[in-house]
Amino acid sequence: MMHKLTVAELSKGLKNKEFSSVELTEHFLARINHSDLNAFITVTDDLALNQARAADEKIANGSAGILTGIPYAHKDIFCTIGVKTSAGSKILDPFISPYDATVSHKLNSADMIMLGKANMDELAMGSSNEKSYYGPVKNPWNKNKVPGGSSGGSAAAVAGRLSPFATGTDTGGSIRQPASLCGITGIKPTYGRVSRYGMIAYASSLDQAGPLTQTAEDAALIMNVMAGFDDKDSTSVDRTVPDYTKNLGNSIEGLKIGLPKEFFSQGLDSGVAETVMAAVKEFEAMGASVQEISLPNSAYAIPTYYIVAPCECSSNLSRLDGVRYGYRCEDPKDLEDLYLRSRSEGFGPEVKRRIMIGTYALSAGYYDAYYLKAQKVRHLISEDFKKAFQDVDVIMGPVSPTTAFDLGAFKDSVSMYLADIYTLSLNLAGLPGMSIPAGFSNNMPVGLQLIGNYWSEELLLNAAHQFQGQTDWHAQMPEGV
Amino acid sequence: MEWETVIGLEIHSQLKTKSKIFSGASTAFGAAPNSQACAVDLGLPGVLPVLNKEAVVMAIRFGLAVGAKVNKRSIFDRKNYFYPDLPKGYQISQFELPVVGEGEIEITTEDGKTKKVGITRAHLEEDAGKSIHDLYDDYTAIDLNRAGTPLLEIVSDPDMSNAKEAVAYAKKIHALVQYIGICDGNMQEGSFRCDANVSIRKKGAKKLGTRAELKNINSFKFLEKAINLEVERQQDILEEGGSVVQETRLYDSVKNETRSMRSKEEANDYRYFPDPDLLPVEVDDELLEKIRSNLPELPTEKKQRFVSELGLSDYDAEVLTSQKAVADYFEAMLGAGANSKLSANWVMGELSAVLNKNQMDIEDCPVSAEAFAELVVRIADDTISGKIAKDVFKAMWQGEGSADEIIDSKGLKQMTDSGAIESIIDEIIANNAPQVEQYKGGNTKLLGFFVGQVMKATQGKANPKQVNQLLNEKLS
Repeated sequence: MMHKLTVAELSKGLKNKEFSSVELTEHFLARINHSDLNAFITVTDDLALNQARAADEKIANGSAGILTGIPYAHKDIFCTIGVKTSAGSKILDPFISPYDATVSHKLNSADMIMLGKANMDELAMGSSNEKSYYGPVKNPWNKNKVPGGSSGGSAAAVAGRLSPFATGTDTGGSIRQPASLCGITGIKPTYGRVSRYGMIAYASSLDQAGPLTQTAEDAALIMNVMAGFDDKDSTSVDRTVPDYTKNLGNSIEGLKIGLPKEFFSQGLDSGVAETVMAAVKEFEAMGASVQEISLPNSAYAIPTYYIVAPCECSSNLSRLDGVRYGYRCEDPKDLEDLYLRSRSEGFGPEVKRRIMIGTYALSAGYYDAYYLKAQKVRHLISEDFKKAFQDVDVIMGPVSPTTAFDLGAFKDSVSMYLADIYTLSLNLAGLPGMSIPAGFSNNMPVGLQLIGNYWSEELLLNAAHQFQGQTDWHAQMPEGV
Repeated sequence: MEWETVIGLEIHSQLKTKSKIFSGASTAFGAAPNSQACAVDLGLPGVLPVLNKEAVVMAIRFGLAVGAKVNKRSIFDRKNYFYPDLPKGYQISQFELPVVGEGEIEITTEDGKTKKVGITRAHLEEDAGKSIHDLYDDYTAIDLNRAGTPLLEIVSDPDMSNAKEAVAYAKKIHALVQYIGICDGNMQEGSFRCDANVSIRKKGAKKLGTRAELKNINSFKFLEKAINLEVERQQDILEEGGSVVQETRLYDSVKNETRSMRSKEEANDYRYFPDPDLLPVEVDDELLEKIRSNLPELPTEKKQRFVSELGLSDYDAEVLTSQKAVADYFEAMLGAGANSKLSANWVMGELSAVLNKNQMDIEDCPVSAEAFAELVVRIADDTISGKIAKDVFKAMWQGEGSADEIIDSKGLKQMTDSGAIESIIDEIIANNAPQVEQYKGGNTKLLGFFVGQVMKATQGKANPKQVNQLLNEKLS
């Protein structure tokens, strides 16, 4: 039953020699190998067992840290030395990184055990994990449904108890939405809190890495390792990293919660709305106060995001050109043919769509109307939040307008873009946000979104931890786990 | 029809930082292909650029040296295009907000007048790698050692009206970037490259003509040739009633021609936008002051000082300060005790002639400034004559030793013993009675003949001044 334990519990178990890291690792590897969720692109058995043996030595000789020997699933967007890093794309299918991402390096340095690379929507573009070159991931709660995306493999791995925690990245909701749809905890930190070095870029000004875990406490433990300034990432911020576990036990009495009216309007599934409101009531019962607030420019988050992100990705993905690494078409007849076919054959349709949107929006004559305009709206969206946080400590609302939808439910991508309506605006503003399990609707998990001011991860984790002390939604598991 | 030419230059000056502008890899020239390209330079997935602040400091040094406005806030943008030697598929450059704004520099035109040339802007950017097309039959080889090398692109106003002015401007910038220590100026290695925007218009017309951009010019000589060729080409077109097409043209120094690379229609849409991986560059007053106070003496300042303190002519001061290495050499000579005017004459005369003849730069001169100074000192203290000094210098150039060693070993020391010179003069007067007669009869031009005879008899070692004086006395 080791797989049901949280990171905090596993840490104690390892320390008390209830099991070894090798036993733990073998247990999870076996679970992964028997799983039909398709949560992993690559399983790194040998590497994991070697790491586990080294971890056990450290535990034996007393030099172990709090996370030594704990296994995890690593989203396939993080570069890992000697292990394929595909980002869910055919174009990087043959790419083996010669260097480690800063996040990879930090987790390695904490003696953690990488079980494998988690499946994801191709190059982090998607909200269902159906856009992966390696096939869709299934939701452990109902295998006919999607796990959400783009960190769908990560969320499914944690929800299906194939891994105690997983790394994720969130550009427009890619940690929070799958966490919500899979009934687990996920945090997207403030932009600049976690290094982006070695994380394959989707939209540089929006991308941010964070953990997907069972509990807020686990998220705090992992954040202690992941967060921090990195001189290899100019956009990471040189700011002290607090011990995120320190204030988890603080009372939240007097916490001022804001509910943006725009997050509870048309398009929100009534079951989701009820579940979210019930969770908010729970916070009230713990002494928090609730008020309605307004984020008037929320409606522009989707169009703004779908200019900013495609513009940046159209440029970020230019390096995937078939010249130096990754997929190259067969027998190119000249340079243009090499570019054209390598990229046409290597990228999936959703990635191509966004590259084309971005290329168009940045073109001479369109730049002002699209890119510049989007930047201005982005500023307005940030201002909305700034104003709101003058009155409240935390903003709460749904993560996703619905629970997990059926695999194949969305035939056209644009309507799926609406699935991110409540998550995008945080990325545009650079704010931290969490998704925590808040209950169920039609037997599928519903997440509650907590949005904090810049650098308020401690407060978010504290509020989430207090909620998890009063409820057991986070401890629910899919059948058969 | 009378035409006038309008020229603006874009100069790419490679900054002398130890590491690249956005990575820690070395910028040293000549390493094995791709041995100086790290993950960032290779554009691997996930890598990020980190600005080398030294490059910013160097750009600001330039800005201050041309009296330009240094922007407190500048932005790095991405210039997007696909090419195999551009690993990321975009070049990081500065588009809307460059680090250096408007400035100006003074050049001396052919007729000796000074002219101000405006500098529109100077911005930082990274260099691309190198494509080598002739190494393999079926492949193009890519060397990414140069990828990410910092460049300062210096854009002039269209202020130059002929090829000579363009060259004067380019040389001035070339000297300046070396003076302020931001570029080694090595044109063969591509450290200093010029693109010229050339157009012509009817004399007196206000509107600029359609321009062509000339690329691939790697010497001042080629700059002049390429511009003159282009002006002729445009004149021919216009005089035949045609119109010039806006395009980029490549200068071929072997065939001495320019040919079209791409027209405006074929030009890339670079889709510039601010690079989200880099923060804006903020320059505060404190940094600005620090850089200002560390600026060395600029060429114009040095020139003025050479005139006012050393008493050199404007022309000599200009020549001696036009290249930092020459000025350094000259000043090192003064430091070693040589007289300024004599040093100036010898540097600009004998030294410069022999360097030119051997196609050498002064940095590679086998005779050090100190050694050369010793020679000049020996002229000044009358140990040797200027004529003998030329022979001594030749020997020094051949590596035969120091000035004093050569003077000693070859016995070239000037005769200053007036008794010895007198007896030689007496002998010559005695042996040349007819000439003495003529001289005394009023043909004073013959003094030169007697001087020559004395010098011949003393193998040039007699002090010419003394010889003149003694001859005058004896023949009067």
